[in-house]
Amino acid sequence: MARVVIMGGGVSGHTAATFSKKWLGDEHEVVVVTPNSQWNWIPSNIWVGVGQMQKKDVVFPLAPVYEKAGIVYKQALAKAIHPNGKESSDKPFIVIESTKKDSLGQTEELEYDYLINATGPKLNFDATPGLGNGKGQMGTNTVSVCTAEHAIHANLELKQVFEKAKKAKENGTGEKQKILVGTGHGMCTCQGAAFEYIFNIEHEAKKAGVRDMLDIKWISNEAFLGDFGMGGLHMKVGGYAVSSKLFAESLYAERNVEWIIGAHTSKVEDGKIEYELLDGTKHEETFDFAMLIPPFSGVGFKAYDKDGSDITDVLFAPNGFMKVDAKYDAGAYENWKASDWPSTYQNPSFSNIFACGIAFAPPHLISKPMTSPNGTAINPTPPRTGMPAGIIGKAVAHSVCDMIKKGKDAHLHEASMAEMGAACVASAGKGILDGSAAAMTVYPVVPDFEKYPGTGRDTDYTFGEIGLAGHWIKHILHHMFIWKAKLKPGWTFIPE
Amino acid sequence: MKKKEEENFALNEQFNLTMIPGSFARKMRTCKIWQFFRFIVINIKMLIVVSKSH
Repeated sequence: MARVVIMGGGVSGHTAATFSKKWLGDEHEVVVVTPNSQWNWIPSNIWVGVGQMQKKDVVFPLAPVYEKAGIVYKQALAKAIHPNGKESSDKPFIVIESTKKDSLGQTEELEYDYLINATGPKLNFDATPGLGNGKGQMGTNTVSVCTAEHAIHANLELKQVFEKAKKAKENGTGEKQKILVGTGHGMCTCQGAAFEYIFNIEHEAKKAGVRDMLDIKWISNEAFLGDFGMGGLHMKVGGYAVSSKLFAESLYAERNVEWIIGAHTSKVEDGKIEYELLDGTKHEETFDFAMLIPPFSGVGFKAYDKDGSDITDVLFAPNGFMKVDAKYDAGAYENWKASDWPSTYQNPSFSNIFACGIAFAPPHLISKPMTSPNGTAINPTPPRTGMPAGIIGKAVAHSVCDMIKKGKDAHLHEASMAEMGAACVASAGKGILDGSAAAMTVYPVVPDFEKYPGTGRDTDYTFGEIGLAGHWIKHILHHMFIWKAKLKPGWTFIPE
Repeated sequence: MKKKEEENFALNEQFNLTMIPGSFARKMRTCKIWQFFRFIVINIKMLIVVSKSH
């Protein structure tokens, strides 16, 4: 009997775990290690953040789902990897620390035959002074929608701002509330979540009758609006292939949302941020309410050799993400190729270790690297969430299952982001009759300028439009993916 | 009466350099019949991309 250990139970880890169990059956053991007791459909957190959904709508307990599936569930935090075992045993293992109430802090050595790292990111709030609390958690100056708990807090704060705006309107003082949404550092990713949140706030403000009392502003590390960490995309509309920049700017202008782009948020205080622009100039912006996405980093694993020596740099890149079969020495932007991106997600040093979702170290950015004259890097890091995370998780599970069943030399399954597309629906306001969302597809996720010299992507399969239909799709996807994650009948027919 | 897009263009210099939908385009975004048709079209397009990616 082989044991597959999956660290992380998010979109990628949960997909890898559930498919591993389905394909391996009871002959082999699948173990999931995740510090969370609940699964969270993160894309819907933005609706919790504006009070249009409750926490219970976006989370569910993992234990019953894993019990039904026959997956061993360890509610614990993985701390260290020992890929060569220890002096008394050659069996590789990880060290985990329980996060369950009744065994909190207890450590355990968990042996594995195959290890899948799907931990997702560390929300690195402390990378920006004042964004974090100095202890690795979110600070008190801004809010976040990265977790369901954060989103609940964000909604409470937002409602207070709406209330102040309402009072100012009634009193006729004309004092506007300033709302700032975007990225909290020059190296952030996940601009899409902030994009969704700002337009959902705008939509809710209109419904609450306080839109005219709000100044809503976007701040982002993107070099241009609509970059989204993918270098933007070109969509075919009305016979034209048009840059996402034009579409994004159009939406911001239509909804009266001003923007600051190419910005590295360098410091956050109560009601004020300091930021540096790509031209090197430094500025301040005040706010009454701010939701700033933190940068992501690896979760901070350590790796040790048999003799206890630190081999973290063998398994992990300096940013804490796991090294896989990517080309990490591609060099300057001019030399970047689509083939630099990994396809099997196997660790080059240990063939029984894989990484998927955000946990794998990308070879380089997708967007063009940008630096201010002061040497500050201001560019979005590559997105690896959503559909690509699910597809990669499934491909990795397939490879591991084949290695167990057919032998260690079995053909590995491939899922390069340079050869896969992604469908993305970004909410711009919730409402079954008055909602809207930008529905987009992009193919491939990582542009391939050798295959598509102009835009890097196939414009026949890269499109986008905004409307009520997009909202319906977003809402249906919410229910579909929670259904799939709960392993309800037909779950395997729902694509990642 | 001032057109909606005129209002937005005038709000900000940033806004003046982009395209802003007129009233017809805005109405079509929430027109149930048109959006039902778009719902089908978008789903088909997405399914094609999803099938090419697995």
